[in-house]
Amino acid sequence: MKQKVTATVISQKEIAPAIYDMWIATDLAEQALPGQFICVYPKNKSTLLPRPISICEVAGDKKALRIVYRIAGQGTTEFSGYQAGESVEVLGTLGNGFPVAAGKGKKVFLMGGGIGVPPILQLAKELREEGLAKEEIQIVVGYRDSRMFLKEDLEQYGTVYVATEDGSFGTKGNVMNAIEENGISADVIFACGPMPMLRAIKQYAEEKDITAYISLEEHMACGVGACLGCVVKTKKADHHSHVHNARICTDGPVFEAAEVDI
Amino acid sequence: MNTKVTIAGVEFKNPVMTASGTFGSGMEYSEFVDLNRLGAVVTKGVASVPWPGNPTPRVAEVYGGMLNAIGLQNPGIDVFMQRDIPFLKQYDTEIIVNVCGKTVEDYVDVVEKLGDEPAVAMLEINVSCPNVKEGAIAFGQKADALYNITAELKKHAKQPIIMKLSPNVTDITEMAKAAEAAGADALSLINTITGMKIDIHKRTFAIANKTGGMSGPAIKPVAVRMVYQVAQAVKIPIIGMGGIANAEDAIEFLLAGASAVSIGAMNFVNPYTTVEVVEGIEAYMKKYHVEDIRELIGAVR
Repeated sequence: MKQKVTATVISQKEIAPAIYDMWIATDLAEQALPGQFICVYPKNKSTLLPRPISICEVAGDKKALRIVYRIAGQGTTEFSGYQAGESVEVLGTLGNGFPVAAGKGKKVFLMGGGIGVPPILQLAKELREEGLAKEEIQIVVGYRDSRMFLKEDLEQYGTVYVATEDGSFGTKGNVMNAIEENGISADVIFACGPMPMLRAIKQYAEEKDITAYISLEEHMACGVGACLGCVVKTKKADHHSHVHNARICTDGPVFEAAEVDI
Repeated sequence: MNTKVTIAGVEFKNPVMTASGTFGSGMEYSEFVDLNRLGAVVTKGVASVPWPGNPTPRVAEVYGGMLNAIGLQNPGIDVFMQRDIPFLKQYDTEIIVNVCGKTVEDYVDVVEKLGDEPAVAMLEINVSCPNVKEGAIAFGQKADALYNITAELKKHAKQPIIMKLSPNVTDITEMAKAAEAAGADALSLINTITGMKIDIHKRTFAIANKTGGMSGPAIKPVAVRMVYQVAQAVKIPIIGMGGIANAEDAIEFLLAGASAVSIGAMNFVNPYTTVEVVEGIEAYMKKYHVEDIRELIGAVR
């Protein structure tokens, strides 16, 4: 059930330039699924709207959530200053998340670009729990440079391939270059990242005739499907408005790449 | 203690409603709010056929508020009547359907279809959406155009009609008087104020539509002023809205002359706002020994 609750900050640290890693204690962790997100409310009332942030990890005891976010504006700047013990209002858990079952018994690509890397972590963890071998969980992540984040966390659950834009670590270029350079392949793809990356993955999946599940983002207001602010063009008529515009917050944020026009 | 208000013969258990476009048809927020507690649910605008709405980004935050240019994405009246009305009928709250259109005929079509649905208590006519190119606001920014569409819809409507007024006019009282003269049963105001935000890093508009309608607490003083002005200018009841965040804000609108209030953008900030306003109004009435909420309506002159 979606709820707005008061969570408590457990810890926070900067893990790469302008990238913050925050654990919050909240019962919402009990229902959290990989690829879902929460909305975090700034305390400053001039910045009213909640900030949608993906769930990076769920604590083993299901009592806490980890979010890893980039400072993008006033709201996230405020969040980055929160100290352990501070309270924070959050709405969650939102969206449908990645279909973990679609990866069962398969060789998978988990692809993350930049601030799209965080939701890949919980997904990798759950696919591992589903019985996939570390070699079958091929995690392909892209960063700007060698100031990477979550790499060690991801290495616990899968085989990690890295691309950096400046070539300072791993493959020079993007995640697609890393796939090519390492000569790897998969039966199904799960991805989150910037739009050019998701477009390239959609095209790659079509060429290889495999399914890709991509997590999208868009500016949101309500986060619960009421305002119709965050839509994506869809191949089939969406079930809400019947106009080929699905709501990313509630019908997504994860979509089959073949079903969206991006 | 009486919290009931009556507008055009329709009785509402309390004066708290939802503002069109911020609450869908109640489905999404029914997880947070007991819809039975609300005076009315005012639905998202519905047209005669499905409308796809505008390109994204459709929303942006501004200081103390937000801009939106959704462009009235909606499933059309047929799906709406098969799905949304039956959903709302399960609740003990009044249903007000917001009606939008590109031409007079579009509005008439929707109004006539809704006439067959006795569960719909009132119709709110959207002649003030700033985000669609045709129709809508074209009818709401000129007094004669507003008069004509109001008079035409009155011929076809079985339910009482509320004309929703735009604040993007020189003198809102002229618009209010035109709607009243044409037979409108009530008025609602204000719709959003046209605004713009530029993303200086990307050097582009924050909203794909370039302009968007501003809502949120930052617009409240403008809305209170307009409700007051209109209350002095017409005799028909007013539903007031614009940045209401809590019961104190709602009471301001009542005192300025509104018979009911709507919660809009603040649903996005606090999904429990509507019910908190209902409870806060009751607490205010107790504190000041107000026996009947109607004592508050227009009490500040």
